[in-house]
Amino acid sequence: MKARVTVTLKSGILDPQGKAIEGALKSLGVDGVANVRQGKVFDIELAGADKAKAEAALKSAADKLLANTVIENYAIELKA
Amino acid sequence: MKSAVLVFPGINRERDMARALKLISGREPAMVWHAEKSLPAGTDLVVVPGGFSYGDYLRCGAIAARAPIMDAVRAYAAKGGLVLGVCNGFQILCESGLLPGVLMRNAGLKFICHDVHLRVERSDTPFTRGYNAGQVIRVPVAHGEGNYEADEETIKRLEGEGRVLYRYCSPDGVVDERHNVNGAAHSIAGIVNDAGNVLGMMPHPENHVEDIMGCTDGRGLFAGLVAHLDRAA
Repeated sequence: MKARVTVTLKSGILDPQGKAIEGALKSLGVDGVANVRQGKVFDIELAGADKAKAEAALKSAADKLLANTVIENYAIELKA
Repeated sequence: MKSAVLVFPGINRERDMARALKLISGREPAMVWHAEKSLPAGTDLVVVPGGFSYGDYLRCGAIAARAPIMDAVRAYAAKGGLVLGVCNGFQILCESGLLPGVLMRNAGLKFICHDVHLRVERSDTPFTRGYNAGQVIRVPVAHGEGNYEADEETIKRLEGEGRVLYRYCSPDGVVDERHNVNGAAHSIAGIVNDAGNVLGMMPHPENHVEDIMGCTDGRGLFAGLVAHLDRAA
């Protein structure tokens, strides 16, 4: 089973990297960019086919390591 | 003072730290590899040094905070043992849950590597008793992620409980945004946990302990720890 965990900064947390990327996009002349926030994507392959078990494992992975929940949110997406 | 310096892959300030500890306490510290599961018996101080553990992968300090030795450090701290984390060590202590908050990318986006001035906020702690309250010391910083942030409630508690021990300031002790080198909340350079036995700080006191460096302002921190332990013994 494959899964994707997306980690994003919580709103209100300053994202200097996102700001730098936003500035670079504007200087490249990419039109219409209003705001950029940078996050992380983890593509994870899971052994076994139990969906509930997979979800529990992914939640545990995100809480324990993938995200720092002081500043970040995460979303789990299971793929067939 | 029997100290133990933790060593993680990618750490590069452990020898500076060991040298400073030896110089001031007169005793060679134990170097403890991250895969160990226990600290040497009778350890008086655990130091988490600076560097780039695991290449700063994922988040600064995130992987090191989950290393086997950190369970022993958490148990040691829970019993009141003294823990000092400098630079990457501060990041590791935050990631491990021993200190609240997080070190974000510097507000100015640049890696900063130069001397800064710190105001010592109080002198009645093991980590500051070598100084006077209000004293200004000069020590170097070298970091890209030293911008301390926490939720409003946490900052309020840190301030209310007097847990901010070191703050970025001007050479004459004025705390303002101009001297807040990395944009940290309330110019915070170093904080302690609620029990007061775990300190995390971004600057490197261990690099200002010898005359050859042109400044020995960092000595007070280590000398204060030695004095604290002597008195407790």
